[in-house]
Parts: sequence; C-alpha cells; structure tokens
Amino acid sequence: MTPTSEKQTVILCRDCLHRQKPPGSNLTEERRCIRCGSPRLLRHPELDDLMIAHLDCDAFYASVEKRDEPTLRDKPLIIGGIGRRGVVSTACYIARINGVHSAMPMYQARKICPDAVVMAPNMDKYSLAARHIWDLMKKVTPLVEPLSLDEAFLDLNGTVRLHHRTPAETMADLIRQVETEVGVTASVGLSYNKFLAKVASDLDKPRGYSVIGRAEARTFLAAQPVSLLWGVGKAMQQRLKRDGYTEIGQLQSVAPDTLMRRYGAIGQRIAQFVQGEDSRQVHADVKAKSVSAETTFSDDIHDLRLLNSTLWRLCEKVSRRLKAKDQSGATVVLKLRTIDFRIRTRTRRLPSPTQLADVLYRHGSALLSDEADGTAFRLLGIGVSGIGAGIDADPPDLADPDAVTRARVEHAVDQLRDKFGVGSIGKGRHMPPKLGT
Amino acid sequence: MELTIERGSLLKSLGHVQSVVERRNTIPILSNVLIEAADGSVSFTATDLDLAIVDTVDADVKQSGATTVPAHTLHDIVRKLPDGAQVAISLDADGAKVKLSAGRSKFTLACLPRDDFPVMSEGDMPFRFDLGAADLKRLIDKTRFAISTEETRYYLNGIYLHAAETDGVQMLRAVATDGHRLARVELPLPEGAAGIPGVIVPRKTVSELRKLIDENDEVITIALSDTKIRFSFRNAIVTSKLIDGTFPDYDRVIPSGNDKSLEVDTKLFADAVDRVSTISTDKSRAVKMELDTDRLTLSATSPENGTATEEISASYGSGELTIGFNSRYMLDIADEIEGDVARFQFADAAAPTLVLDSADEGALYVLMPMRV
Repeated sequence: MTPTSEKQTVILCRDCLHRQKPPGSNLTEERRCIRCGSPRLLRHPELDDLMIAHLDCDAFYASVEKRDEPTLRDKPLIIGGIGRRGVVSTACYIARINGVHSAMPMYQARKICPDAVVMAPNMDKYSLAARHIWDLMKKVTPLVEPLSLDEAFLDLNGTVRLHHRTPAETMADLIRQVETEVGVTASVGLSYNKFLAKVASDLDKPRGYSVIGRAEARTFLAAQPVSLLWGVGKAMQQRLKRDGYTEIGQLQSVAPDTLMRRYGAIGQRIAQFVQGEDSRQVHADVKAKSVSAETTFSDDIHDLRLLNSTLWRLCEKVSRRLKAKDQSGATVVLKLRTIDFRIRTRTRRLPSPTQLADVLYRHGSALLSDEADGTAFRLLGIGVSGIGAGIDADPPDLADPDAVTRARVEHAVDQLRDKFGVGSIGKGRHMPPKLGT
Repeated sequence: MELTIERGSLLKSLGHVQSVVERRNTIPILSNVLIEAADGSVSFTATDLDLAIVDTVDADVKQSGATTVPAHTLHDIVRKLPDGAQVAISLDADGAKVKLSAGRSKFTLACLPRDDFPVMSEGDMPFRFDLGAADLKRLIDKTRFAISTEETRYYLNGIYLHAAETDGVQMLRAVATDGHRLARVELPLPEGAAGIPGVIVPRKTVSELRKLIDENDEVITIALSDTKIRFSFRNAIVTSKLIDGTFPDYDRVIPSGNDKSLEVDTKLFADAVDRVSTISTDKSRAVKMELDTDRLTLSATSPENGTATEEISASYGSGELTIGFNSRYMLDIADEIEGDVARFQFADAAAPTLVLDSADEGALYVLMPMRV
C-alpha cells in the first residue's frame, strides 16, 4: 500500500468517482476530494490494474432490519436463534463493540450485551434484499460467484470497455447503488485474485474499500496470522502452530514441496496463498450441490413423534427452497447429531427426483425411524443432493396413484401460503404431539 | 445311499435347483443341495429359506439314503462330464463323504448331514387350482419385464397375482410395475381359484418357475395361502414365501379415455425403435415419436452421438402429437406383443399411454412418457 516510484498513485473519490487530477501534482497528500470534498479517497498505484473484487455486506441481516425499523438504528441489534440454545447469526456493529460475534451462544450474547434487541431471522426479507444486490452485481459483470447470501466475487476483466470505467470506479459505483437502492452498506476488497480480494474486503469494515496490489501483497501477508489463509481453520492452525508457524511470513520461506509433503493438498494451496498467489477462477453459475435445512433443539429429543413433527417442518423448508428455484433433488439426506456430538447421516436415492415436502418426509421419516432407537438427538436436519431441474421433479408414478393427489394438495397449500402467509395453513403432522399420550 | 444316473437327466435336474442357491452364503448348509434317493428315483432340493425347489428324476437306486453336498460344485462337475456318461453317487459308511464317479473320473465331496438341511414349513394352503403350463408362461412372460428392482418399494419386486372381474367375468390377473411401465395380463379364473387372496410372487421365484416351464405341456397345480405359494409340476415342486406388502391400486393408473389411437406393424415398429435408439444416450434412452396423419416418425438425439430418424407408415388420424418414451421400455413391450399390429392409445404428451396387443385381448401395457 506504499506508492512505488515507477507507478503514479491513482487517487479516486469513492463518493463522486472523481479522479484527482492533474497527475504529477502533489495531490498524494490531499486529504479530501477536490471536487466534492469527501474524505473517502482511494489511493493506490495499481488501482487501475486490479480486476478481482469481493463484495461483502456489513452485518447483513442486522442492516436489513435496521433499514426497515429506523428506531433500531442506534441500538445494539442481534439476529439469531431466540431459543435457549440459539446462536447469534449476525450482530450489528454496535453489538460487536460489546464483543458479540456470530456463532456465539445467544445466552452469552445477552449477558455481555444486555441492552441488545434480539430478533429471530426473517430469511424471506433477507433473500429479497440479497436478490436485489445480486441483480445490481449482474449488471456490472456476468462473472459473479456467490459465496453466500450477502457476499460474492466479481471478475471485472473486460468491463473497462463495457462501462468506460476502471474496475475500481465500477465497484465504488456499485456499493453506492447498494446503499441507495437496497439500503444496506457493503465493503469491497479489490485485488488481483480471489484470496486477496476476500482478505481485502475484511480490512476496513464496515463501509470499507481496500485494495491489495501485487507490489505489496507479500509484505502485507508476512505480518498476518496464518488463520487469514483460506482453508486454515482451527485444526489446521493448531497443526501449523505445533510446527512453529503462527504468522504467514514464517511460511513464505518454506519450500512449496515441503508444505505439500507435510500437509497434503491443503499444503499446496497454502504454498500459493502465502506468496499472494491464487489460481482459482471466478466461476459464475456455481450450482448448489445440495439443499438442506437443520435445527438444533432447545432440549434433546428422543421421541420419534416429536422428531417427526420437526422433520416435517424442515422438509417443508427444503421443499420451499427447491420450488422457489425450480429445482429437484434425487437423493434424500438425513442428518442427526447425538448428545455426544456425533453426527449420523443417512441417505436414500429416490425413485425419481422430487421437490415435494411430502416425498421428502416419507423417505426422511423412514430413515429417521431406523435411527430413533431411543437415542436422544440435539440436532436434526434433512436435505437433498443430486440437484436437477424442476421440470424433472415428481413425474407421474404408475406404482403410486395417490402421489398425484398428494402433489396437488401440496401445491394448493403452497398457493394459499403465497396469498395468506406460511402460518395460514399446514398439515396436522406439523403439530408436535403431547408427550405422555 | 448308492445310485447311478445318466449324466443328462442329472444335469437337467441340478440345473432346475442349483440357481436357488446363492453364490455367497453365511450359513454353510444353504450352499448345499439335498439328495434323497429311494424307490427308483432321486430328489434334489435347494433352498434360500424364502424359496425351495424339489426336482425328482428317475435313477437306478441300489441303496436308499440321503445327504447334502455343495450345490455349485456338484453342478459344475456334472456339467463337465462327457455326454451320455453314467454317474455313480454313493455316501460312505460314516456319512462324511460322497463319492462320485463317471468313467475314469472320480470325485470325493465333503457333505453335511440331511438333518441340518432346513425344511420349509408349508402350513395350511386353503386354495388350490390347476393352470396349464402355457397359461402360466403367458402370465409370467408378459409381466416380468416390468417388475421393479427398487428395494425401498419391496412390494413392487414381484408379480401381483389375484382374482378380478373384467366385463362381468372372473379373471386371474398378473400385474407388475416399476412406476414407469405397467403390464397386466389376465385369463379366465381357473376352477378352485375363486376367492384367492391377492399375492405378490417374488422376482426370484418367478425366474425359477420360468425355467421349469420351458416346453412343457403339463398341468401345474398351484396351492396358496396368505403367506406362501406352491407350484407343483410333474417332476418338481416350487414352494415360495410371498412378498408381505400391499400392491398399489393399479386400476386407477390404467387410462380409460385415451382417444388418440395409433396402429403400427409390431415388427416394423420394434426394429425401427431399436435402430433409432442406437443414438440415444445410455442414461435416458429417449426416443421421440412424432405423429401425423398415417405417419409415425421416430427420432433420437444425443449431444455426443448425433441424431437418428426413421419414418414408418402407420394408421393414425387424431392430429399431430409429439411424445417421448424410454426406448428400452417400448422394446420390452413390443417383444411381448404377439399380434402383427400394436395399438397405442394416447391422451397427450404427458399422460400415461396404453399399449394393446391385437392378438391378445387379455394383455395390456401402460407406459409413462418422458420429456423429449
């Protein structure tokens, strides 16, 4: 991030997109935009040469809620499971000041941030906002690779001729649009590969815009902890620490084949990343490999009837998502976590692909009843893999004449729900049975 | 036990029973065939506990007795012996070994005592009726191709045999389906079969039965209960457990109002489908049928292989229609159609299609279209 002698530092105003001219004058020291007076100036010698961007919304769920309820704006807001075993999915930046972070148990978050407003997530609302952002990104480049609902990579190669703007300008304009049109803020990382773009977007959140160029990438990385490397989680960090590596700089001098020998495939990736290299492309149309839903119970459950009523709710959720995307799934996957945190997954290939909650439930509950042998479970999940087109879902089945009727009932229920809300109508199996009866 | 038997009849008899024995068995006795010799004949019994076949054949029995030997080994030995050989089989005095000799070949086989061999309890079989071998053959041949192999719907893994009424006449019906196609064949209900429960005869039993029927003009006696069925041939008895499940209410999926009728020459049609399907991809095997007045165009497209088209003359006058089917399924049905003319009845490109045999009114096939 230090200007090099060969290259002239490019200075760009993030608010009015004005390039500070004339070059050569001593504007490097200028603190504000000479046109609009904004202090938000981007300066980097390679600013016009970096093509890979990572866009990441700031505390997305919380931002959407604050957008819709302005009285929450100055309060700490936590979105997450509100039950006893709930965890934080998003904390707004005010709550983060108190140390609340995502994946923290909710009771702990409430303890350290007692003033916080706690809300259950409203996924439909967030999906709608995300969809809006997605449309804006797609106008910038067709090469958008989503990582989750609220973050994506953009490959801006070739867009200069299209938009008559440099990628840096295009991205500045994009987050401005996200702010004005969607009403949430986002941070951008701009670099020459995916790994560094993602690292950059995290550097000055929220409302940040960071740039990592080729010239300083290695030096910048050297001082960072190994946890910054993509794919290095807790276990890998421990392994690296045991071998004496805590900072990326220590790994930069290790030969790539040593890393590969010692850590296998991930070692190969680490060897690339520590040098600031990443050969992965930005892939548009990364299709989901599976669609699933799961829940952690507030109390461990062993009763099959209770498990089944939860299973049905989850099946409806998975089905809703398949229908919304007009997809089908060919294999049902049941996931259970026992009280000693062991995961059990059971799969069954369906006679034909489905998108119906009823079919998922029939096969899911058959798998479940084989597992519900009195074992108490703390988590239950159901999903499908083998994602295909919606048009292939649920072909008429000569061996199951009632299937057509059941499908019709389900579609009728869907229509009622579209009109009157999800809670308006449901199956009896949704109701949890009274225990002891 | 001591007997001599001609190689040919021994091989035939063993051939009838040995395929019941699974290649891998955790219970050793189930790998064996039970040999029982008495009064000028010898019986061979094999079982997998769900199905048992006893085949009896004439032999020169010098000393009656019984034992069990590995079924596949015995079958392999006899198969390799020269045609026309006389095979001598004897159990040694302490009952531990069986000696087999033919010409200069001599074998010693380890055996297990007959008392260890599981006997399938038949229980009470309240229904009993006779069926000609040709009739049983027809019921099996025209339905077995549609039997499902899907394990989760085990109740589809066999032929559903039951009594039903067609136009006021009591019929014995055989039905099989895998969800994509369905075959239904019927014949007038034999005497004694009134009131039989609907039973599902497992796939393996069906295929063993079919082997016994070949070129036989005999009468087969069928006895059954809710849980078991027994087929008595002249020289063989097949006893089988039934699939414990409920067969779907298939009547509701047989279309009745399909108004677009196509008639084609069965052989011409089958040959054309076979040729065109060479191109279709392995996975879907889809073949498209395009219908116009008295014309049927079959085609297949594969992104890897290319395209194929064949036009055949047909009798059709119900307006243009494009519909696709799995070519394998069409060929399976065409194979079983005896008449020169196959009759298709369509509703539309997505609804079940009916296929009828001009020479067999008692046979009916339903085929689900595919998206093409």
